[in-house]
Amino acid sequence: MIPYIFIAPNLVVFTVFIFIPIIFAFYVRLTQWSLIGTPTFVGLENYTKMFGDGNFWKSFYNTVIYTVGTVPTSMVLRLLVAVGLNRKLPGRTLLRSIYFVPVVISLVAGALVAAWIFNDNYGVINDMLGAMGLKGVPWLSSAKWAMLTLIITTLWLRLGFNMVVYLAALQGIPADLYNAAQVDGATGWKTFRHITWPLLGPTTFLLLVLNVIYSMYVFDLIFVMTGGGPGFSTTVLVQYVYQEAFQQGDMGYASAIGVFLYVLLMAFTLFQWRVTRQSEGTS
Amino acid sequence: MATTTQTSRSGKTGRLPKLPRGKDAVIWLLLVAGALVMVFPLYWMFATAVRLKSEIFNGQFNLFPSQLAWSNFSDAWSKLPWTQFYINSTAIALIAVVVTVFINLLAGYTFAKYRFPGRDIIFLAMISTLLIPIQVIMVPEFLITSKLGLVNSWWGVLIPRSAEAFGLFMVRQFMVNIPDELIEAARLDGASEFQIFRKVILPLSGPVIAVLTIFTFMWRWNNFAWPLVVLQDKSSYTVPLGLNLMKGQYYTDWIGVMSMSLVSIIPILVVFVLFQRYFIQGIANTGIK
Repeated sequence: MIPYIFIAPNLVVFTVFIFIPIIFAFYVRLTQWSLIGTPTFVGLENYTKMFGDGNFWKSFYNTVIYTVGTVPTSMVLRLLVAVGLNRKLPGRTLLRSIYFVPVVISLVAGALVAAWIFNDNYGVINDMLGAMGLKGVPWLSSAKWAMLTLIITTLWLRLGFNMVVYLAALQGIPADLYNAAQVDGATGWKTFRHITWPLLGPTTFLLLVLNVIYSMYVFDLIFVMTGGGPGFSTTVLVQYVYQEAFQQGDMGYASAIGVFLYVLLMAFTLFQWRVTRQSEGTS
Repeated sequence: MATTTQTSRSGKTGRLPKLPRGKDAVIWLLLVAGALVMVFPLYWMFATAVRLKSEIFNGQFNLFPSQLAWSNFSDAWSKLPWTQFYINSTAIALIAVVVTVFINLLAGYTFAKYRFPGRDIIFLAMISTLLIPIQVIMVPEFLITSKLGLVNSWWGVLIPRSAEAFGLFMVRQFMVNIPDELIEAARLDGASEFQIFRKVILPLSGPVIAVLTIFTFMWRWNNFAWPLVVLQDKSSYTVPLGLNLMKGQYYTDWIGVMSMSLVSIIPILVVFVLFQRYFIQGIANTGIK
């Protein structure tokens, strides 16, 4: 009995606030329901609606663009910074802290300062461009640029988190390996290619999964910075779910999209896991 | 992990390191340039917060404010019930730390050191919730929270997030490494199971408690999406909700927004500077394994 008592508080909270809501969401997605009255069972009707809904496809597309725009770029950047900061350079500790700082500040504060920096009329970036005699860019007011602005901001906010993970992994690589490689005459790129990169494999996989999750579930940043606009140009799936649920009051439809997203991510993670396991098995 | 901290220390011997040369110099300069880009938005937050209004909207690029208008802070502070927001945020973060650390420590220890039917499946079910987007379950979660009468209350914000999959995972990883013999010995001495936890396990858990405390504080202090749903009365708002309120649809007082943003990140920056080691350790430990 003792173990069950010890996990009871945790289990109760998980059950009441997560497990039951999940089961509920799986049920509600098959109904039509606006929070008032009882849900009416409509089968897969919400999914028929979803597949024919232009706004859904637009937010799906935006989510993919945002994920593709943030994940590979930030992983490369992080790795570069981590490899650089792993060398014995002056002020290394301070540099590491600076790269890490944006991770600890709230996404709301980060989004606000970014919105101000990228402000079309008075933002410092357009002021700088102006000082150089260049025309300002409509960073946030144009549907063409807004997504790029969000991606740049994300890179800034997230770089530090995974840099730390990479750094720890780099420091876990035994120095003997590098010494041995040096004796064998291997230099810079070769050492990286044949020692560092393969040994970082599991870390890279983990970061890939985490980053895809973060990107696909991005909410705070976009909600505060662009609110999904201009128009529908930066609305991503989770925000669409939020809007359908809390602004349109269409719970059934919101849950249908939410569950779809969840299943998509699960499939992606399993696929990633399989691929990594296979490549580990062969090497 | 033990070896990693040793190698990272080797550069810190007190003497000034030599200036880098050749390829190292290039890398170093790039890293410094990158660091300047990283820190610039925070500087700009400050530089805007203390600037005169006339200097903001002139379309000129000025890196430094011509004078420091500290009164901007009190002006912005008086426009919204910030004192109340800070009381709410602080209370939520502190109570959440106590509750989260306690229940996850106990559960993590149990998952690591006891055998009982359903252990692995329960643990897996809990950890897999990391993959769930909160917006998917927000609606039913909100309904339950409101049925329990917790809307607009601190508890409504903190209880649903108190069982933390990330924290649970972190604690279990830590507890697995505590030798079973210690627990067996205490059991032979006639200690009750809870006494073992309190007298043997707790004193050994310093590092993981530190990491969990800091992370919980940071998560709760910065949390936005869930409080946005649960807190509907302005008087129950937390600091991030207050900040969001300042961003108008048509007009935004950027000086005010930046000054209040700056104030809002100071507590977390102080915690970060003081406990940097634990932040990095926490991410590295959970991230890596």
